[in-house]
Amino acid sequence: MNWGVFVSTFLAASIEVIEMVAIVVAVGVTRSWRAARVGAAAGLVVLVVTVAGLGAALQGLSLETLRLVVGALLLAFGSQWYRKGILIVSRDGWTTGIGDEDVDEDVPEGFDWTGAFLSFKGVSLEGLEVAVIVVAFGAAADALGSAIVGAAVSVVVIGALGAATYRYVAAIPRRALQLFVGAMLITFGTFWAGEGLSVDWPGGDLALVWLGVLYVAAALLLMRSVSGWRGAVRVVS
Amino acid sequence: MVVWRAIKAVVLFLVDYIVGDDWTVAALIALGLLATWRLVEADLSAWWLLPPAVLAANIQSLHRAVRKGG
Repeated sequence: MNWGVFVSTFLAASIEVIEMVAIVVAVGVTRSWRAARVGAAAGLVVLVVTVAGLGAALQGLSLETLRLVVGALLLAFGSQWYRKGILIVSRDGWTTGIGDEDVDEDVPEGFDWTGAFLSFKGVSLEGLEVAVIVVAFGAAADALGSAIVGAAVSVVVIGALGAATYRYVAAIPRRALQLFVGAMLITFGTFWAGEGLSVDWPGGDLALVWLGVLYVAAALLLMRSVSGWRGAVRVVS
Repeated sequence: MVVWRAIKAVVLFLVDYIVGDDWTVAALIALGLLATWRLVEADLSAWWLLPPAVLAANIQSLHRAVRKGG
């Protein structure tokens, strides 16, 4: 088991799984639990098929090419979470990101196909993001099994928590988690893209540690800067 | 026609998913990767370039987002 990959995919997948649970619970509470479960199960099947398909498609690439491609993707994708986390946490505080999804309450008689579709759409779209993260981490670290287990544990643990009581899952501050996971994604993205380009990192694999510290420290400093920029914009306008 | 529309939808989804709402970040990161590759090809130390390039890409995007009211 590659524990670094396991923990990384667990955390990254957890953000998406929290959103999956939010949608499924919202459909279940406001429309129909049966439809929510059927939709979620179909969405999870799509997730499994996508991971298998993407994993198989990447088998033929060399590790260097794979690390460059995956690193570049993680840099672009991780930067979105990094920036969103900095922007929102600096504006609304560390505990922001708690809330329910809005779902139409017009429920028909019989099986609720609309509810099932809403649940399916939520799980499959969030699941697609989980699939990309799993395959990216798993393939670049040559540890697809650890990445799949990390994401699967996230789906089971967060899903079970959500099924038992949504309040625990809703209490996880998603934006703060998004900021730190964004920092983690660009850390791996920088490291792997560099490895793919044959960069010699000082400290070898330990570069992951100093890169992570650098990006988290920069995020904390940037939150202060963003607050200052907001103040300046308000003064000007 | 239906297949073409489906392919187009998937490609647009993937671009939006990877690049997001600010394409300049992806473009600056691509430039950083290109410059790093050139340093490696020239047999020069290259590890120092990518982290500041990534941070610079994000800082300029954050600054623009705040100016737009983000």
